[in-house]
Amino acid sequence: MIRMTLAAAALAAWAGGAQAQAPLVAEGCIGCHGPNGAGAGGVPALAGRDRAELVALMAAFRANERPATIMGRVARGYTEAEIAAAADHFARLPR
Amino acid sequence: MTLSRRALLGAAAILATPSLSRAQGQARLLVVGGGFGGASAAAFARRRYPELAVTLVEPKTRFVTCPYGNLVIGGVRQMGDITHGYDGLRAKGVRVVHDWATGIDAAAKRVRLQGGETLEYDRLILSPGIALRWGAIEGYDEAAAERLPHAWVPGDGAQTLLLRRQLEEMPDGGVVGLAIPGNPFRCPPGPYERISMIAGYLKRHKPRSKILALDAKDAFSKQGLFQDGWNALYPGMIEWVPANRDGRVTRVDAAERVLETEFGTRHKVEVANVIPPQSAARIAIEAGLTDQSGWVPVNPVTFESRAAPGIHVVGDANIPGPMPKSGYIANSTAKQAVASAVASLRGEAPPQALYYNTCYSHVGEDYGISIVGIFRPNAEGTAIVEVPNSGGVSPRGDLPEQRRLEATYADSWYESITKDMFA
Repeated sequence: MIRMTLAAAALAAWAGGAQAQAPLVAEGCIGCHGPNGAGAGGVPALAGRDRAELVALMAAFRANERPATIMGRVARGYTEAEIAAAADHFARLPR
Repeated sequence: MTLSRRALLGAAAILATPSLSRAQGQARLLVVGGGFGGASAAAFARRRYPELAVTLVEPKTRFVTCPYGNLVIGGVRQMGDITHGYDGLRAKGVRVVHDWATGIDAAAKRVRLQGGETLEYDRLILSPGIALRWGAIEGYDEAAAERLPHAWVPGDGAQTLLLRRQLEEMPDGGVVGLAIPGNPFRCPPGPYERISMIAGYLKRHKPRSKILALDAKDAFSKQGLFQDGWNALYPGMIEWVPANRDGRVTRVDAAERVLETEFGTRHKVEVANVIPPQSAARIAIEAGLTDQSGWVPVNPVTFESRAAPGIHVVGDANIPGPMPKSGYIANSTAKQAVASAVASLRGEAPPQALYYNTCYSHVGEDYGISIVGIFRPNAEGTAIVEVPNSGGVSPRGDLPEQRRLEATYADSWYESITKDMFA
């Protein structure tokens, strides 16, 4: 009985934790990339993309090593830790 | 049983800490105003904190966005494309009350509604928008706006459609006059996108017509990019008159459709769009939240009113430091305000803040430009600063693919942010 309660509690804590980990920094992305990073029109989806790919893309945008319409200007506003947190979040979402 | 009672209680305590339960039930977040700030706050609150009871007070049952209103005025979008309802927020579990909030009792944490109901809250998100300062331009009052539309507070869309109809009725060869206010005002690039969309309509249908833009400023948002686009798409059609060349409109004659400037020049036009000076909406003034500027000073981290902590003021009514009064900033700061409100209810410190803005403007249907800004509070939490070496405007030059892509990205932004608010 108690073990079951603990299991349920652990699950609840995990669920709550996962939700808390959806970083506020990722909210800035969805204004163009769509709710849940699902993409919108000509703006590509972020959800379900490989985490390392997203981090590498943002690093390339930051360094002006990749042609950009607006993402160069965007990427230079974020720290590496923020980019990693947002990439973690979107990589975990279903494609 | 391997775990002690103490360990179990400890686990329960850990789980209880972040909860938002009150003695009498759920913690109550009240949101006043259902525009970019308020709808974003209500949707985000339900998505991120499902344990929170969220009520949204908004008098209108349909919300007409300011963004893309210029495309309706130019005839390339319809009113239905920029009109949104509140059923999506209801489906998310927001209690939506269509009524006017008429007063705030900050000490008792109560908001009074015109219909007689009084709503109690634990935290208030106030996103009331702007008021037009009637009379700030002599002769420009609510009656004059029926003849010289502002189309700057869309309401039910009537002002936007009035300006559209006047353009349609104007004969070819007419002059469209605009009066543009000084800073700060809602949507800094908005008047210049409007000039562009009106020019597009005139070029297609009334090519001998002209636009006379009378400005109370000497410079404006994305100025070089706008003027490059005007020269490329609408050569000779647009005359922009800055304040230092007597561009500031101080008086209007509504009957004669005359815009009179500071030094007495009288410009008679066929259609006049008067965008008057603005302030925070009346409820913010009456609640004592505004300073002598007419806008609401706020904490740069929590967006709580300086005059009344516990009331988070987001959207165009506040003083946003270096950030623009834009829909994207309203959306971004609303989420920080909600997260800060919840942190406060939990007895926690507010989350680290980062505010994000992109403002796209259409110069032509397939010609978009943008400004990007990423902002943070300074280390002391006393002011908001733009992140150095980030953001900025689109590159200048002959870049047709850049312009075409930004026009499509603008559409994506509109679709995404309105889904975030209303879907």
